[in-house]
Amino acid sequence: MTVKITLGAINKEHGSSRKYKTGGWRTVCPVVDLEKCISCYRCYDYCPDAAIKKIENGIEYDLDYCKGCGICSKECPVKAIVMVKEEK
Amino acid sequence: MTEKEELELFASGHRACAGCGEGTAVRQILKVAGPNTIATICTGCLEVVSTGYPETAWEIPLIHAAFENSAAVAAGVEVALKELGRKEGVNVIAFGGDGGTFDIGFQALSGMLERGHDITYICIDNEAYMNTGIQRCSSTPYGASTTTSPTGKYSIGESRPKKPIAAICAAHGIPYTATANIAYINDLKKKVKKALETEGPAFLHVFAPCPTGWRHGSDDTIEIARLAVETGVFVLYEIIDGDICNLNVTVKPKKRKPVEDYLKRQRRFGHLTKEDIAKIQQEVDEKCDRYGLPKRE
Repeated sequence: MTVKITLGAINKEHGSSRKYKTGGWRTVCPVVDLEKCISCYRCYDYCPDAAIKKIENGIEYDLDYCKGCGICSKECPVKAIVMVKEEK
Repeated sequence: MTEKEELELFASGHRACAGCGEGTAVRQILKVAGPNTIATICTGCLEVVSTGYPETAWEIPLIHAAFENSAAVAAGVEVALKELGRKEGVNVIAFGGDGGTFDIGFQALSGMLERGHDITYICIDNEAYMNTGIQRCSSTPYGASTTTSPTGKYSIGESRPKKPIAAICAAHGIPYTATANIAYINDLKKKVKKALETEGPAFLHVFAPCPTGWRHGSDDTIEIARLAVETGVFVLYEIIDGDICNLNVTVKPKKRKPVEDYLKRQRRFGHLTKEDIAKIQQEVDEKCDRYGLPKRE
């Protein structure tokens, strides 16, 4: 890959880290049970990777970026999120 | 929740380790600050994980300075904005890790506070130089094992206590100083808002656990951050106008948990004996008495 270096290494493309999908780092994958979910959005607040999206009546994962750290599962007050081993 | 709060100004795809507390901290801070913000960062984990050229995780203007001058560059930005008459409604935030704040960037920080720039300085503290391989720092607590303060037959690990950076900054007489913790997000957001609304310099010390350096599971990050407050190891307070005698403790645990609950969850403290833990407990008890926190259960 060739990288063009701009004057002063100024990067005008904000948020371009989204091009890099960190989902490949994952060894365990979060699975949410929307029937148990109470939409408190604690997982959304604590997620270090902004990989959780709010939807009506719950949440949805962006598995392109979820690194599988498991914070959401541990902090869920109703245990609606379980971590399952990633299948190849 | 407002529309502004939904904006993700710290984008996904940054290279922080799984379960890094820094990601949570910066995301939430930028949600409060909003898009009209100019930030500077010094060298540290935050810079390494978020600005790997040619990519950047930041959706706001960001200047990467050297290790020691995040505060100095932010001061330049603030003065330039004022000179151009464009400071109104723009937040200037200087980010620093604990190395870039406690040790290397301290003189620039002290100078910025003393000159009274309208800047919010945010130190994200993970208690060692993590991105270069866990070297001790003046923010490393007593008893922690790091690669440059290893534990062994003649060593307990880090032999010096943690530097009270927030109190030192408050002693400059600045309008707003606070300590915050990623487990208490509402408290953190309130403090960021107050700091940004303050005219003049504000200092925020944010506690963010590091799974890699503290040797705990990636899912334990928030729980360990919460335990630090519940055991009294890290006290959440704010100081207005540098009045250290009149600090306001914002989160008071009803009953304090024994410090062992916090220490035994992290392998960096795994070598501590019962006597070592008793010594740390005694120091924490004395500190909590000074802050007026409740007695231990």
